[in-house]
Amino acid sequence: MADVNRGNRPLSPHLQIYRLQIPMISSILARITGNALLVGALVFIWWLFAAAAGPEYYAFANGLVTSWLGLLVLAGSLWALYFHGLAGIRHLIWDSGHGLDLATSERMGWVVILGSVAATLVTLVALAAG
Amino acid sequence: MSYLTDRKRAEGRGAARSGTGHHVAMMISAVALAVLIPLFVISVVPVIGAPHAQVVAHFGRPFPALVAALTIVVAMHHFRGGVQVMIEDYWQGMTRKLAVVAMILVSYGAAAVGLFAIARLAL
Repeated sequence: MADVNRGNRPLSPHLQIYRLQIPMISSILARITGNALLVGALVFIWWLFAAAAGPEYYAFANGLVTSWLGLLVLAGSLWALYFHGLAGIRHLIWDSGHGLDLATSERMGWVVILGSVAATLVTLVALAAG
Repeated sequence: MSYLTDRKRAEGRGAARSGTGHHVAMMISAVALAVLIPLFVISVVPVIGAPHAQVVAHFGRPFPALVAALTIVVAMHHFRGGVQVMIEDYWQGMTRKLAVVAMILVSYGAAAVGLFAIARLAL
């Protein structure tokens, strides 16, 4: 580039300059959870297919799904499902023209973060209790 | 101006001129999922990990089978729209095109496998 004078110009601050804030954290987590849910979806569909394929293949698939790694993926997917769901409801509220001010946005961000963790714990306890 | 709806005023804006339709489609599938996901967590999630005979009997009942089928179809359709936005935000050129096509194949392919499995279990 012809512009060799790279000093003495105002630069827009990037990620490592900004203090972490609730709107940016909840925003990027909504994208990460939504896209990462593909993993949980594929595991569930594979497990479903194994059940349809017969008892032998189901025993293999179900064994992997209920191993500690499989349960970790499922528990993580459950949290991602709740987080993305609550964040999506927040987007629907925004799209209806409500809650766009900073204070309400931050409060809703906390509801999404804490609500998704609480809902995950309640669901896991309920599932463990049978 | 006041005779136009909000949607009509937003239609055709932006670089691609097609973002409004995409956004409305994502909102509609999001509302559907807001209903389906709680039903899915209540009626389908508890059977994951159960013995084979119990899983077969579970999806032999209409409600869990229909909730699972609808959730798979709407969720994979919603995913296909969302993952395309992410790909278009981070990649350009041929990589972008191939990634979008690959994700469309994965989305609808997974949905088809899921529907086949439910049909086989339920019937």
